[in-house]
Amino acid sequence: MAEIVLMRNFERPGSHTLAVYREHGGYAAWEKARQMEPAALVEEVKQSNLRGLGGAGFPTGAKWSFIPKNHTGPVYLVVNADEGEPGTFKDRYLLEKDPHALIEGMLIAARAIRSALGFVYVRGEYVQPWRRFSAAVKEAYDAGLLGQGFDIVVHRGAGAYICGEETGLLSSLEGKKGWPKIKPPFPAIKGAFSQPTIVNNVETLCCVPPIVSRGAAWFAGLGSKTQGGTRMYSVSGRVQKPGVYETSVSVTLRRLIELAGGVSHSGRLKAVVPGGGSAPILTADEIDVAMDVDGLRNAGSMIGSAGVIVFDETASIPEALMVLARFYAHESCGQCTPCRESTGWIYKMVHRIVEGHGRKDDLDTIIDVAKRGAGTTICAFYDGAVGPYISYIQKFRHEFELLCRS
Amino acid sequence: MTASAPQFSAEQLAEVRRLQGLYPDRRGALLPVLHMAQDTFGYVSLEVEEYVAGLFGLSAAHVHEVVTFYTLFFQQPKGRHVVAVCHNLSCHLAGAPEILAHVKARLGIEPGETTEDGRITFQAVECLCACEAAPMAQIDDRYELNLTREKVDQLLEALR
Repeated sequence: MAEIVLMRNFERPGSHTLAVYREHGGYAAWEKARQMEPAALVEEVKQSNLRGLGGAGFPTGAKWSFIPKNHTGPVYLVVNADEGEPGTFKDRYLLEKDPHALIEGMLIAARAIRSALGFVYVRGEYVQPWRRFSAAVKEAYDAGLLGQGFDIVVHRGAGAYICGEETGLLSSLEGKKGWPKIKPPFPAIKGAFSQPTIVNNVETLCCVPPIVSRGAAWFAGLGSKTQGGTRMYSVSGRVQKPGVYETSVSVTLRRLIELAGGVSHSGRLKAVVPGGGSAPILTADEIDVAMDVDGLRNAGSMIGSAGVIVFDETASIPEALMVLARFYAHESCGQCTPCRESTGWIYKMVHRIVEGHGRKDDLDTIIDVAKRGAGTTICAFYDGAVGPYISYIQKFRHEFELLCRS
Repeated sequence: MTASAPQFSAEQLAEVRRLQGLYPDRRGALLPVLHMAQDTFGYVSLEVEEYVAGLFGLSAAHVHEVVTFYTLFFQQPKGRHVVAVCHNLSCHLAGAPEILAHVKARLGIEPGETTEDGRITFQAVECLCACEAAPMAQIDDRYELNLTREKVDQLLEALR
């Protein structure tokens, strides 16, 4: 069993309060970091092999280093707490159970990128996490941790999955509909309010205080060759003990399912979504895969937000695809034609297949339509939909064909 | 509720100015102020959109574009309570279709509708990210977890 880093405080009564956080070493990393040069902090995080835990898995230290060195205006730190990927719930736990870990991570990150102002974008539905985190920010102000060169604005979203995409989030933060923006320019060059901006996920920033306290080598050693640390896997679906499990990023999917008590219902595994709704599905014989960024990439899927959804043998794959296709059709922001149109049409086709009105050539049409749009849109949303469309049909084609009449 | 022209109180207007001052461009406060407006006026009518637009020096069209983009802003009067049942993947695997059918039968309305007495607006919504406790729903500000038909009955009855 790997060391518990991110969830170390979760079981303590009052873990969300400043007093309890401090009692167990909280803000010691910030005390250390404020004596360090920003460049040294960036280097430490680079050496730790920390990679973004929100979805894309980009190396965090490298991202921080992209802020232009000659920039003299404001730099913003934006925290993506717009958790919305189907099957993911880890950030909710961090916001509710250890909000000061995020604040401390933000203080250190802000020093590293020379930012005086941070925004925390919390999804609108997360009312309790938003209240809990806002109370922690107030405590941090009262204690003089904030307001001394770094301020935090807690911003509530209003319901839109696309705002979890970093440039969609920035549009939303600027008071617009959450339409993603064309990259480049990347946010580190031109982000929130047209200023250089670093967007990091909640869990990613919560890794930063332990890295500063215990060193990059320690953190790197917890993980795999190309990714440091532990992470919080959200495990749900047909398992005995759904929940959030922290373990090394080098854990295998098989082991993770065991940690969650094994397969429920029929007890026989059919398939697993390893990294949130947008991750291509894996079959029961593809679970000896390492659950880090590169392990899943090599297996033709993605770790994404590490939301693991388990299917036992009695779960219907076509129904699952219908549910996801409905989700993508609903959440497409409508900006790019291939995404707006394909998500709607593909949902209609999968729906009619599940309803028993499908035709055999529907399956090839879905795959054809899906592939044509891939890579043609402003953001990664549509590519995230294409993964499920194609993988569910290719790997479980017989299940779809049974539902198609001719 | 918005028969007369919408108007924030003096305290609320001070809060609007405080929120606007938190952002490098005051427009950043638009979502927070729209949340405030909905809490105050019940829903975001066209009149409320115009009023909020005036507070920001924005066009009403811009505010309308924003309001219509997000699921949490209501453009029509909503029930005194909002019951939003998740129908995404993990909840689906845990029996969300049965929960939805049960709520539908109990309230006699479809998702997207409000009971005639104005008590409850019923919605089917996408992942609320509490999949470890599926099937689940959001009732007003609260997450209600590990739903069963019996639990749904109790929760609905408690809504006045």
